[in-house]
Amino acid sequence: MTIMKRLIRKLAVALGAALTLSLSALLSPALAAGGGIAWDKFPDKRVTDMAALQNGAKLFVNYCLNCHQAAFMRYNRMRDIGLTEQQIKDNLVFTGAKVGDTMKVALDAKDAKEWFGALPPDLTLVARSRSAPGQGSGADYIYTFLRTFYRDETKITGWNNLAFPNVGMPHVLWELQGQQRAIYADEKDPHDPAKTVHMFKGFEQITPGTMSQEEYNLAVADLVAFLKWMSEPNQNDRVRLGVWVLMFLAVFTVIAWRLNAAYWKDVK
Amino acid sequence: MAEFKQSPAGATTAQQFMTWVDNRFPATKLWTEHLSEYYAPKAQNFWYFFGSLALLVLVIQIVTGIFLVMHYKPDAALAFASVEYIMRDVPWGWLIRYMHSTGASAFFIVVYLHMWRGMIYGSYQKPRELIWIFGCAIFLCMMAEAFMGYLLPWGQMSYWGAQVIINLFAAIPFVGEDLSLLIRGDYVVGDATLNRFFAFHVIAVPLVLLGLVVAHIIALHEVGSNNPDGVEIKAKKDPKTGIPLDGIPFHPYYTIHDLIGISVFLLIFSAIIFFAPEMGGYFLEYNNFIPADPLQTPLHIAPVWYFTPYYSMLRAVTDPMVNVFAGVVALAAVLAVLKGGLAKQWKVAVLVGAVVVIAALKLFDAKFWGVVVMGVAVLVLIPLPWLDRSPVKSIRYRPSWNKILYGIFVVNFFVLGYLGMKPPSDIGTLISQVGTLFYFGFFLLMPWWSRIGEFKAVPDRVTFKPH
Repeated sequence: MTIMKRLIRKLAVALGAALTLSLSALLSPALAAGGGIAWDKFPDKRVTDMAALQNGAKLFVNYCLNCHQAAFMRYNRMRDIGLTEQQIKDNLVFTGAKVGDTMKVALDAKDAKEWFGALPPDLTLVARSRSAPGQGSGADYIYTFLRTFYRDETKITGWNNLAFPNVGMPHVLWELQGQQRAIYADEKDPHDPAKTVHMFKGFEQITPGTMSQEEYNLAVADLVAFLKWMSEPNQNDRVRLGVWVLMFLAVFTVIAWRLNAAYWKDVK
Repeated sequence: MAEFKQSPAGATTAQQFMTWVDNRFPATKLWTEHLSEYYAPKAQNFWYFFGSLALLVLVIQIVTGIFLVMHYKPDAALAFASVEYIMRDVPWGWLIRYMHSTGASAFFIVVYLHMWRGMIYGSYQKPRELIWIFGCAIFLCMMAEAFMGYLLPWGQMSYWGAQVIINLFAAIPFVGEDLSLLIRGDYVVGDATLNRFFAFHVIAVPLVLLGLVVAHIIALHEVGSNNPDGVEIKAKKDPKTGIPLDGIPFHPYYTIHDLIGISVFLLIFSAIIFFAPEMGGYFLEYNNFIPADPLQTPLHIAPVWYFTPYYSMLRAVTDPMVNVFAGVVALAAVLAVLKGGLAKQWKVAVLVGAVVVIAALKLFDAKFWGVVVMGVAVLVLIPLPWLDRSPVKSIRYRPSWNKILYGIFVVNFFVLGYLGMKPPSDIGTLISQVGTLFYFGFFLLMPWWSRIGEFKAVPDRVTFKPH
């Protein structure tokens, strides 16, 4: 019996070690990103900044809401970011929609297919759906995407993007950012000296935009803040309420613990 | 029939009312039998919270589910938008929805821990076999419930997840194609699929589930709860009262005790709902925020985390793996013939059976065997009371190497779960193949390994330190 026992213990330990080893081998190579560069970090604090959200809303209805829609988002929900219904109606509704309507566009699906190769996706939830574990949040992605357009004459639109290579969308914000060119250099592949890799080296500004680089980054941050807020308009309230709920439950746990002790003290 | 009782003289109105009720419905009897005079062992530890927590989560799912159904539209054209309507326009709809989506994952966490408790303390052993079997049936219902519920938000992951899983049924020889057609109600996942899944998710499966939960609890209260020592408390009773010496009334002791478990559970549950409802993409997958698009297949389709250990086992079954299975079957048959001490006709039967199984393994597609492996991985839990031949219940008194074995079982389950979420890779497949063999070896070889080693003496009474 003892030999059997020892054998089983050895087997068990060996199996455990094999599992751990092979698992670490599996985890070590960095997971390849699904095309595109590493994402920059979106400054999360802007989602609770009303002025940033309002500026983002303005940019959104002016630049995005011509081709993209936000079919689950009502115009008058923007009251939650400190606007009145009148302000929304006067400044943010261009399509003749009612203020209680959702943000739809009149772009014809067939036209869209012809112009961009695909129907521009709905943006209501884009800040949630574009999240990727290990890469960052959807907001990080859009924040990177909107800042890495560059001129590429080989593309039909004349634009390409680092975060979304060969994207069908042209650089809508180009007047603000100006035009930039991507500089690439051929370098030796660090993993295989026989090969060369096409490495991105940086951007070169070709023509200036109406904004400085700094201003442009802030404007994009505001726009992304709005997209993130729109993906779940009650997210800030949710967190605020959560603090109270957790405080209540913490107190309740202490009461339950002491109540239990009082009841169980006569169990011998 | 019990005779008609009279209230004692000078009874209060409340007492008179209860007498009136008890003469017509066994209210007091139910209360005493299941709560105030149901004697549970006094030594229950942390692991014993998860039964009552499972009941709590079930109630949460039913109540939030009712409110979701009031606003949800089971229609392929409207479903996605109606979920967003609940999230945005229905007062407190976001909270109800997050409770339901988090509750689904919480249900599996709590039930996995509950099953684990049963495994380590031998709670399935005689006389609790039926409790265990009802429990396994509940687990199967939960899996069906979760799978069909996941289609309802009609996002990309809902759609393609259902597509992949339903297509698995098509791998079944002869009837597969027709069966998957019957499940879908169409040639592709569509409105018909959504409608029938809604009907099953909202009515059919919950009805069965509730019935099984009642059966699970009735069976439990018939034989009494097990404990970490695996001691039968009914064996030592107070000669005067007939109450087990180590038993205490479930109410108030365990109702109050469970309040601690409930409040800690709710703390964690609320922390997720309010601060991380997507739970990093594990509870709500990011791709599911894109409406279902039958023309665009996502790059990577993975089931929700609670199915991934089984999904991993499904993917582990490749052609070489089928050969391994054939080898295992041949080896088992030879061992049974040489060492089994069987009568001659049984030896022949074993050999013929093995040949048939090996022929079937080679005849049908590996994909089909993958489906079989996935199904059997769940069903193998059912005969556990008869696979385990250990003379003691609790792991406390089993040979100490059993702890390592059970530990590896858990690690293996996590590894399989992790691999099931990842895109397939060569090394991942290899690990999941080893893991699958270990998982089945653990259960199927249990009649052998559970008997060997040095068992420790089981005490007469439960081990209990007063608080």
